[in-house]
Amino acid sequence: MALHNYDELSDMHIDALREIGNIGSGNAASSLAMMLSDQIDISVPVVRILDYEQVMEELGGPEQMIVGLLLCLDGDVNGMIMFLLHQNFANTLLASLIGEADVGGTVDEMSYSALQEVANIMAASYVNAIADLTGFTINVSVPSMCVDMLGAILSVPAIHYANISDKMIFIEDKFHGKDLNAPNHILLIPDVESLDKIMTSLGIEL
Amino acid sequence: MSANIKIGISDLNVARSPDVLMTYALGSCVGICLYDRAKKIGGLSHIMLPDSSASHGAAQPYRFADTAIPILVQKMVLLGANKRALTAKIAGGARMFSTASNNSLSNIGQRNVVAVKGALAKLGIPIIAEDTGKDYGRTLFFTVEDGIMYIKSAKCGEWHF
Repeated sequence: MALHNYDELSDMHIDALREIGNIGSGNAASSLAMMLSDQIDISVPVVRILDYEQVMEELGGPEQMIVGLLLCLDGDVNGMIMFLLHQNFANTLLASLIGEADVGGTVDEMSYSALQEVANIMAASYVNAIADLTGFTINVSVPSMCVDMLGAILSVPAIHYANISDKMIFIEDKFHGKDLNAPNHILLIPDVESLDKIMTSLGIEL
Repeated sequence: MSANIKIGISDLNVARSPDVLMTYALGSCVGICLYDRAKKIGGLSHIMLPDSSASHGAAQPYRFADTAIPILVQKMVLLGANKRALTAKIAGGARMFSTASNNSLSNIGQRNVVAVKGALAKLGIPIIAEDTGKDYGRTLFFTVEDGIMYIKSAKCGEWHF
């Protein structure tokens, strides 16, 4: 039987997603450590299946300012990855990468490319975790960035997947480095079909 | 005493003066404020998608421009508004991720605005003010006492219509 909805995910599926989250976050921590030339430790990531309202509450409400980075997936897996960084996390990254940090309402080109690059590397960490476990080929688009109210940013994936599901895979990573001590949130939103493919390939049937 | 009535995503509600209808952080969604000036009755709808016919599964009429707006009008009429006296102010439909490579993703705000205009035209409701498109989120307050739509953005300040 195929998976039709995020609500049908069993504990076993969620464990598998948690494992993908663990591996992805581990990869991401090593990449970040290299980028920032810093020792980065990571707490065990928390992986949950949440709807939009819950994600909004988790991250400080609809008017919370946030840096959103959106990447589209295609190939064997279709969907989106969205990184939600609090401004202080983004600023810490920028301070280490390019020596200046000001993610306010507008973002200069240099900061934009630096954060895009971070998103690229982080997305690859998670996508590789899925690809390694399943053998799938997954392409990742160039990241697009937006600094705005959380509710407005979340409306984009919410609308795109409204007819399919209002649930998504919510991963919270806590990175601990010399300067970097902030949670970082990732939304993995594979199409339900792709999620089903991933589960089948991992040998977890419904 | 005036009450602040919050409208969530894919939701709608109506109110009388001096209440305030509000909705947080419209991104690519569209907020539609309908107003009967003589009776001081207002309604606010926060739609997410243009067209209910594209939906599968459970019907959620408040989610779509084509189904939510007629329901909003109906609720206002039940409260005593005159259908023929209604005017509209609309906001939202932004393109949040302007460089997104996926076209259906970057155009959704625009499609919502077009659908809202279509639904209003069908009901013969004129649009007297509009703040749509661009690339930023908007929080919307609609004061039913005077029919003014206040917009608050994180990036570009505040203004009203």
